[in-house]
This record gives sequence, structure tokens and C-alpha cells, in this order.
Amino acid sequence: MANIIELKNINKIYGTVVKTQVLHDVSLNIETGSFNAIIGQSGSGKSTLLNILGTLDQPTSGEILINGIPTSKMKVPQLAALRNETLGFIFQFHYLLPEFTALENVLMPVRIKGEKVTPEVLKKAHDLMDLVGLSKVKNNLATQMSGGQQQRTAIARSLMNDPKIILADEPTGNLDSDTTEQVYELMRKINKTFNTTFLIITHDRKVAEKTDRIIEIKDGRIVLDVVKN
Amino acid sequence: MKVAFTIAKRFLTYSKGQTLAIMLGIAIGVSVQIFIGLLITGLQTGLIDKTVGNSAHIIVTQVDDEAFSVTQSGFKPVDDFTSISYAVDGALVVRVGDTSASALLRSADEGALAIYDYEEKLTAGRLPQTDDEVILGNLLAEELGVDVGDTVTLQTFTNETREVTVTGVFDLSVAAINERWMVGTPSGAQSLFGLGNNVTSIEIQVKDVFAADALALTLKDELRSGYSVVDWKSQNESLLSGLNGQSISSLMIQIFVLISVVLGIASVLAITVLQKSKQIGILKAMGINDTKASLIFLFQGLILGIFGALLGVALGVGLLVSFTTFARNPDGTALIPITFDVPFILFSAGVALVSAMVASLIPANRTRKLSPIEVIRNG
Repeated sequence: MANIIELKNINKIYGTVVKTQVLHDVSLNIETGSFNAIIGQSGSGKSTLLNILGTLDQPTSGEILINGIPTSKMKVPQLAALRNETLGFIFQFHYLLPEFTALENVLMPVRIKGEKVTPEVLKKAHDLMDLVGLSKVKNNLATQMSGGQQQRTAIARSLMNDPKIILADEPTGNLDSDTTEQVYELMRKINKTFNTTFLIITHDRKVAEKTDRIIEIKDGRIVLDVVKN
Repeated sequence: MKVAFTIAKRFLTYSKGQTLAIMLGIAIGVSVQIFIGLLITGLQTGLIDKTVGNSAHIIVTQVDDEAFSVTQSGFKPVDDFTSISYAVDGALVVRVGDTSASALLRSADEGALAIYDYEEKLTAGRLPQTDDEVILGNLLAEELGVDVGDTVTLQTFTNETREVTVTGVFDLSVAAINERWMVGTPSGAQSLFGLGNNVTSIEIQVKDVFAADALALTLKDELRSGYSVVDWKSQNESLLSGLNGQSISSLMIQIFVLISVVLGIASVLAITVLQKSKQIGILKAMGINDTKASLIFLFQGLILGIFGALLGVALGVGLLVSFTTFARNPDGTALIPITFDVPFILFSAGVALVSAMVASLIPANRTRKLSPIEVIRNG
């Protein structure tokens, strides 16, 4: 299967006076439609890797190809469009806009894209809310929902523009085990239904074991890369 | 564009207290500007009106003070003149029985009636209609002990005499005038002084009182030689420099109010960027581009500016209305006559709007530079 993401010799060094190298020469290929877990201890560099993958952060050296196109050659507005249309983010702290309702948060990527909220778009948002099981709290402000509900809203939001890739940084990090299970099942369902590529950072071994591929990072290097059959 | 506006609107409505506080800040700035601006303008207009409202702005005489023919002088009315009086003046003595007083007989043609507003200033009786009728200043009437209907004798310095009837008494609010002026018809004055159709001066009121000096210069060029043209400005220089000083200080107050409003808005919006940096980070992670992200704060500035300015206009006008309602002279007239100068009010509102927009440029620029990773990394 074709690689949707290719990382070539990525190095990331923070600081100019005191230099800390977080990623050492990381190369990684992610296949289209695959369901991957990145595991590692805190400070191992996994979040940095994900942020670089998501074009939120730039590597110190090395190349990232998304859909075969090197991101280093893209200008700022093109990167913004890439994040809006091709990538979907789910963060540990869900990061909803507290000023907006759950449904409005889900619709935000469409609005940012500059498209009108047509009845079809609205239906899609409602369907996604139903998919993540939030039919009843659609019109609640983000602050009036539980952590699990917020996280599921963030998942629905990440799916709104039909991204090819979803990058999730500990999406179940602060959820209880039942909710974790629900969120995992949901992501799996989306992966199967839409052939969306998933890259999930997790601390949770149980979650990791359910994925197709486990990539372990230690001290900025890939130390384990297991693909399940 | 639309998404930026929607977000800006929502940010503002979400923190209502803060939004109201900023709007109030802008509004107070605008209202102070409107209030001070219009108050000073009203004060000045009032002063100028009191000084030149009921007097000639430009006076044409012959250099040797002799009477002259209007046609021969080369005088031509222009549109900038609102009232022109072809005046006939002469000093004389008024007698009633044993009492006598020196007086100045002035003619009242249409122009003079407009300039001095005699009809309005009459405290008794009516305006003179025939050559045998006059009206007197109230102090002169008092001095002579005459009233409406009495007959007085006028005697010129060339010993011409005429008996005239007093048809009215006026009060022009200036003691020097009230104790010396008497007013009759132009033909009456001309025949008494033996001037034929000649006049002693041409008195002019102009549309724009501050253009009087320039108009006087033009007029002097058009007249034949031997004529003197005097304007009110050259005779009231100290008043004008006082007014000028007042205008400058009023302008300074307005500028400083404006600066404080701009700084206030800019600092509050800068804090808002910090408050909303997480949201901006999320939006940028979701792919909002830098231009749209910075537009959010420009729109906030615009919305705050519009509502702040509207509120300020309402406040300012309210202040002025209550000022004119409560600050009154004993006779019930407004202490300071204030005109609601709509262009000035709109200008103040416009300035506030532009200031709010300018103030929002700083946070907008900070937003442009904000990197989503800073927010994501710092949680």
C-alpha cells in the first residue's frame, strides 16, 4: 500500500544556547489507511514527532512528505490549508473553543475552509455527532460537557473535513477506562469506514495493543516498530 | 472573512463584562470629546454672536467721513453679504421742553432692521413708518422723560429743526447705544441732514463672520479711492486671540482623550490576545490562516468601535441635553447656547472608530505571529 506520510532523517533540536536534541534521525513511513500507535515514556519525543508530522512544528533537519509532497516547500497559507483539509487533530486536552457549542465546534473546520454551512454540511455534522454518541449535548457549550464528551466532540470535529490523516496525541489520556474503550472503538470504526489513516500517541498499552502497528520511541529514536498481521 | 467575524462576535459576547467595559471606555472618550468640543464651540459661537451678532461686520465710509453716493462709490453687493444697510447717521440735539440731550440719529432701512433687529429689541411701541417718527434707546428716553406718543424736537448742528413723534423705545443691551441712539426712516434722516440721496456709511453683515477680513479686503479693491473699509476682526483682535487659545486648549484636551482611548483599547485587546491565545492556537491547528486569525481582532476592534462610538454619541448628546436643560440664565435662556453640530458628532464617532481599528492592529499582529505549537506544547 502507498505511504501517505514519509519522514526522512528527522532531527529536532530545541534551544539555541543550551541545545537539546529531542529527535535523532527519525525515518518513518505510514501507509494509507493504517491504524498506528506511537508509544514511549514522557519526554521521549513522541509528541514532538506528532507535531512535526502535523506541520505545527518544523524539524531542525530532515524531510516530511505528505501525500508525496514535501512540506518544507509549502508556504504558510498552504500549510494552513493542509492542516484544514488533509489533517485532523485530536489532542489530549481536547482543545475545544469554549465560546462555541459542541455542534459549532464540529462545524468550525468547514467554516475555516471558507465553505458555507449548507443543509448537507449541517446534516454531516449532526451525523458525526450521532456517530460519536453526542446527539443529546450538541448545543451545549464546550465547558458544559464532561471530559469524555469533549474528547468525542474533538474527534467529530477532526473528521468534519474528511481528512486523510488523523493525528491523535493521547486522545484517551485523561479519560476513564470505559470512555477510553468507547473512544478507541470509535476511532477504529472511522478507520474502517472512511479508510482514514490514524497515528495515535498513547500511554495506554491496552489501546496500543489494539492497533495494527506499534512504534516505540525512546530518547528520540525509534527503538521498536512492530506491524501486526 | 465570515468565520473571522463570527469568531470575533462570539469572543465579544462570551466575555460580556469585559466587552461592556471596553465599549464604555470608548464611549466615555467619545462623549467627552463631543461634550467638550460642542461646549467650547457653543461658548465661542455665543461670544461671537454677542460681539458681532447685532452689529455690522464690515463698515464702509469715506475717509473724510463725508456723505457719499452709493452708485459713485463703486459698491456692488455680493452673495457673501447677508444684510446691507445704506446708513444715514448724524449727530443732533433732542429737546423736550427744557430738557435736551445729544443723540445720534440713525436710519433704519431693511438692512439695518436685519442687522440690529430693532423690531425684536423694542420694549414699547412700534417701528417708525413716516419721516416724522422715531424710536429711542431706553436710556435716552429715560433721560428726556419721554414715552411712546410724545413729541420731541430734533435740532441739527446746521440748525435744521424738526418735530417728530416717538413711536417706540428699544433696548439693544449696550448702555452706550441705549443712551445715545435714535432711529428714524432713511428718507427722514436724509432730508433732515440735507444729504439728498447720499449715505454716510454702508454697513454689512456677512455669512461667514470669520471671512469678514478677507471680504473687506476684496471690497476695498473694488471701491473707488477715498473710502475706508473696516471689519470687525481687525477691531476685536484680543477677543479673537482669546478664542484661538481656547480652541487650541480644547483641541489638546480632545487629542489627549483620544490618545488615552486608543491606549486603553490597545492594551485591553492585547490582554484579550493572551486570554484567547489557546483558542487562536486551536484555530491555527485547525488550519485557519494567519490573515483570518488576525482579522478576528480587527473585527473585534471594529465592533467595539462601532458600539462604543454609538454609545458615546448617545452619552455625549445626553450630557449636552441635560447641560442645556439645567444650566440656564435667570431669564430662562441657555447659559451657553449649544448647537448639535452633526458633522462634528459624526467626526468624533468616526475618529473613535478609526482609533479602535488602529488599536486592534497591535493584537492582530501578535495573533498573526502566534504559533499553534506554543499553545499545544504549553497545554
